[in-house]
Amino acid sequence: MSDPLLYGLVLAGGRSRRMQRDKAMLPYAGEPQLERALRLLAAEVARAFVSISAEQRADPQRARYECIVDLTPDLGPIGGIQAALTAHPECAWLILACDLPFLDASTLRHLIERRARGRIATAYRSRHDGQPEPLCAIYEPASRAPLEAAIASGRLCPRALLSQQDVELLDLLEPLALENVNTGAEYGAAVSALGRDPPPTRHLRVRYFALLREQAGRGSEELETQARTPRELYEQLCSLRGLTLGPQFLRVAINEEFGDWLTPLDEGDTVAFLPPVAGG
Amino acid sequence: MDAPVQQFILSDAALDPSALRAALHDGRCGGYVAFEGWVRDYNEGRRVLRLEYEAFIPLALREGERILQQARERFGVEHVRCAHRTGMLAVGELAVWVGVSAPHRGEAFDACRFVIDHIKHTVPIWKKEYYQDGDSGWINCEQCAAAPAHAEYHSHPHRS
Repeated sequence: MSDPLLYGLVLAGGRSRRMQRDKAMLPYAGEPQLERALRLLAAEVARAFVSISAEQRADPQRARYECIVDLTPDLGPIGGIQAALTAHPECAWLILACDLPFLDASTLRHLIERRARGRIATAYRSRHDGQPEPLCAIYEPASRAPLEAAIASGRLCPRALLSQQDVELLDLLEPLALENVNTGAEYGAAVSALGRDPPPTRHLRVRYFALLREQAGRGSEELETQARTPRELYEQLCSLRGLTLGPQFLRVAINEEFGDWLTPLDEGDTVAFLPPVAGG
Repeated sequence: MDAPVQQFILSDAALDPSALRAALHDGRCGGYVAFEGWVRDYNEGRRVLRLEYEAFIPLALREGERILQQARERFGVEHVRCAHRTGMLAVGELAVWVGVSAPHRGEAFDACRFVIDHIKHTVPIWKKEYYQDGDSGWINCEQCAAAPAHAEYHSHPHRS
């Protein structure tokens, strides 16, 4: 129980009322978003399922995948999560909405790497209200009891559920990764943003010491980068500057404090990679 | 007793042990222990001509103070100080000095040993040796640079 297996579930049981067409089949870069979400998810979890309502059983687009059918009709997303936790209560579940056109693999990986198994769930903090984002989150087996209690008392909002529970909250590496698309206008905006805008860059300062300073040929530098974490930055600098020290030997400092390879970087941060020390 | 600020010092000029020691005098203390680390003229069978120390100064100062504070709390000693050189040093020069004063000698010896051992392992200070054969190298780094890189990233939780 200390390390439950991680399964994944894409929520595609909704009625897409505001979109007035089946959201799961909206294409981005030619790929229906249900297919895209499953492709991203399946690469990161032991098994990936699609959540459907009973009347969607016959839908050929959904029948191609392993499906989990809602136990109770019309509960919305929380009903899909309930069905998954009931089908495999021994597993933790990465629950994913299907309408996240900006979602990328690194957002899922970061969530999994930072998963807090001892808590009820691990989720991203919404950039709108600071509350947990419930539909790109990992629900541990222990989340089943509070989830059933919420459903039993008619509280069907998964965001409200998570905000009252012991949840590990993470900052998004990519601020737009969980923006969702509910209307035709939002869809049009998302399609053109995906086609046009390059990923955002940050202005960072890097400091080099000892052997790394000699390899880089400089003590510091400033650069514009798409790297979102020290880890991505170091991978970039290894090829840019020919650094040969493997990351397993290094520590990271951010703004003159010891930091972490996965800390999201902010505009203007100073990052230092510290080779093995040898004082005394 | 509150520790005065800045008991861990980095200096690019020669260290003066008698001046450093003076700050540890205290009527409550009957024991004083100091460790001096000197530049040695050989390492791993190679003749060393001189040493160079480089530090990430703000982080090294903070980390050094943290170790001294740990020593005070752990061993209950009155005063702990440490001074570390940066820059180029000749053989025989004083590279690092640790001084502890305490009511009794036992905890002073223990705290002194604790400080020098920990300074070596976590404070961001690097040492480069220059050898008689013209070669030079960063201690603890060169073998790592030769090792194949694994995509392994150790996470170190933030310290508050």
